[in-house]
Amino acid sequence: MAREAAQVAAPAVAVPAAGERELRLDLFRGLALWLIFIDHLPANLLTWLTIRNYGFSDATEIFIFISGYTAAFVYGRAMRDAGFVVATARVLRRVWQIYVAHVFLFTIFLAEISYVATSFENPLYSEEMGIMDFLKQPDVTIVQALLLRFRPVNMDVLPLYIVLMLFLPVILWLIRRSADFALALSVILYAITWEFDLNLSAYPNGVWVFNPFAWQLLFVFGAWCAQGGAQRMSRILASPITLWICIAYLLFAFFVTLTWYMPQLSYLMPRRLEQWMYPISKTDLDVLRFAHFLALAAVTVRFIPKNWPPLRSPWMRPLILCGQHSLEIFCLGVFLAFAGHFLLAELSGGAGLHFVISISGILIMSSAAWLFSWYKHSADKSGSRTKGTGGNADLAGGGA
Amino acid sequence: MKSVSGLFLGLAVLGGVMTAAPARAEDAPTSCEVPDYLLASESVLTKVEDAVKNRHALDILVVGSRSSTINPTADSSEAAAYPARLQAALKEKLPAVTVDLSVDIEAKKTAEEVTAALPKLLEGKKPTLVIWQTGTVDAVRSVDPDDFRTAVDEGVVALQEAGADVILVNPQYSPRTETMISVPPYLDNMRVVAQQHDVPLFDRFAIMRHWAESGEFDLFSAFHGVELAKRVHNCLGVALSQFVLEAAHLTPAQQN
Repeated sequence: MAREAAQVAAPAVAVPAAGERELRLDLFRGLALWLIFIDHLPANLLTWLTIRNYGFSDATEIFIFISGYTAAFVYGRAMRDAGFVVATARVLRRVWQIYVAHVFLFTIFLAEISYVATSFENPLYSEEMGIMDFLKQPDVTIVQALLLRFRPVNMDVLPLYIVLMLFLPVILWLIRRSADFALALSVILYAITWEFDLNLSAYPNGVWVFNPFAWQLLFVFGAWCAQGGAQRMSRILASPITLWICIAYLLFAFFVTLTWYMPQLSYLMPRRLEQWMYPISKTDLDVLRFAHFLALAAVTVRFIPKNWPPLRSPWMRPLILCGQHSLEIFCLGVFLAFAGHFLLAELSGGAGLHFVISISGILIMSSAAWLFSWYKHSADKSGSRTKGTGGNADLAGGGA
Repeated sequence: MKSVSGLFLGLAVLGGVMTAAPARAEDAPTSCEVPDYLLASESVLTKVEDAVKNRHALDILVVGSRSSTINPTADSSEAAAYPARLQAALKEKLPAVTVDLSVDIEAKKTAEEVTAALPKLLEGKKPTLVIWQTGTVDAVRSVDPDDFRTAVDEGVVALQEAGADVILVNPQYSPRTETMISVPPYLDNMRVVAQQHDVPLFDRFAIMRHWAESGEFDLFSAFHGVELAKRVHNCLGVALSQFVLEAAHLTPAQQN
C-alpha cells in the first residue's frame, strides 16, 4: 500500500480541501475486514483464499496501515485547520467510540463463553475447559477487561487500535514538524522494543497479542505516507528494481508458507534458514512480516492505479462500502465469527454449512455497510448543519 | 442462556442456514488412520534404537497435563488413556523387549513449572525416552509465548542431559474452544524448540485435526460421553507408537 499511498498522497497534498475519496483505501480495508472475518471462523474452504496462507503478513497489517493512513489524513487536516487542541479532542472522541465498541464485543464474548461453559461436556477436553476459570471471578476479570488487559482471543485488534489512536495527536504533531524525524523515532522505538522486549502486560498472564510498541511502526508509517511521505517515495516505487525485489521476496514467502501447509515439502527448507527465521513473531510484528506487507503493497499499487476502472464497478461496491465503515463492520465481523462458530457447533455442520455461514457473514457485513451508508446520506441530506470543518473520520477518510 | 440462544437462533434464520446436519454416529468404526507425513520425523531417537536392538528394557516416562489422561478420578479409564495405549501397542510390536511405562501428570502446571519440577521427577529414574506433553496449560493461561519457548527449551535440555531421548507432544485440536484459546503461537514455538534440539515432535494437534476433517471423529459437538475420549486416546496411542518406531528407525524388518 505504500505505493498506493504514493499516488494517493499526490492529490491529497495538492488539493487538500475536500478531495475525492481514495477508493483503493476503502477497497483494501474492506478486503482486510472480510479476510479477518474469514480467518476468525474455523478453517474452511474460504480460508484458503486469505492472504496469510500465501505469505508472512495477513489482513491485520493492511488494516493497521490503512487506519494509520486515513487517520493521519483526516485528523491531520483537522489539526491544520482547527489546531492541535480541537484535533486532539476529535481523536479522543473517536477513541471513545472504539473503546465502547470493544466493550460491546466483550459482552457478547462473555455470553458465548458462558453458554459454552454450561453446555460443553466432553471429557476429552476437560483440560481446555480451564479457560472458563475466569468466570469464577467476574469482579477481577471484567475490570481487567475494561482496562484492556484481559482480552479474549480474536479481540486484540481494537485495543491495539485504541492505544495507537491515543497517540495519534502526538504522532501528527511530530509529523507536521518533521515527517522523517517522526518516522525515524518510530523505527527507533521498534528497534528498542525488539532489543529490550518491551510490551504491555496482560491479565492474567503474558503480554498484549499485538504489541503496540512494535505495531506502531506500521501505523506511523501509514501516517507518514499520508502526510506526503508516499509522494517522496514514488520514484523508488516506480523503479523496476524495486518491483523485482518485491516479487522475488513474495515468491520466497509463498514458498516458505507452502512448507507449513504441506509438511511433505518441509525437507526442502535448509535448516540454517529455518533456525534463523523462526519463529516469525506476529506479536512483535516481525521484520519479515513488515517487509512482506511492504512488498505486497508496492506490487498492488503498481498494478492497481488510482483510477482503476473496476473501482467503479458495482461488483466492488460491497467491499468498498465495508471499508468505508470499518469500525462498525469490524465489530460486526467479530460478532458474526462468534455466531458462526456457535452455529457450527450447535448444528455439528460439515463443510457445506461452513461455506454457507462464511458467505452469509459476508453478505450480512455488506448489507450492513450499505445500510450505514444509507443512514449517513439521508442524515447529510436532511441536515447539512452537522457538517463541520474537518468532519469525522468516517466522512472523509472512511472510518479511521 | 435462553435469550442468548434466541439471539443466535434469530441470526441463523436471517442467514438462511437452518440446515441442521444430523449428528454423526457415535459408534462408527475407527481406523486410526494418520497420513505418513504426520508420523515422519527427521530427528532420530538413538537411545530407543539402541535399547531395542540390544534387547534392553525400554523405559518410557510420560510427563503431561490433564490431556494425557481421560478422567484422573476413575482408575478404570487410566488404561484407556493414550500413554497406556502406547505401551500396549509397543509391547505388541516389540515382543522381544520389555516396555515399562510410567506417567507423571502435572495438572494445571505451565511448561515453566514443569521444567522446574523435572530434576525431582527424574530422581532415581533413568528413562530411555521421555514423552513430554505440554502447551495446553500455557495456552489456556496465555503465558507469553517467548517465556513458554524458553521454558520448553530448558526442559528439553535438562531431559537430554539426564540421558533420555525426548519426544514433544503438542496440544489437542479443540475446535469448540478455538475462539477462546489461542493455540497457534504455542504450536509454533514447540516446533522451533523441537527443531533446535533435534527432538521429534508428535503433532497431536495436526493429527486430531486430520481426524476431525476426515470425519473419523466428531470433535466439534458438545455432548460426548467418555467413549469418544477413549477412542481418540486409543488412536493417539497407536499413532504415537508408530511415531516412536519411525523416529527410532525400527522398521518392521528390523524388529523381530
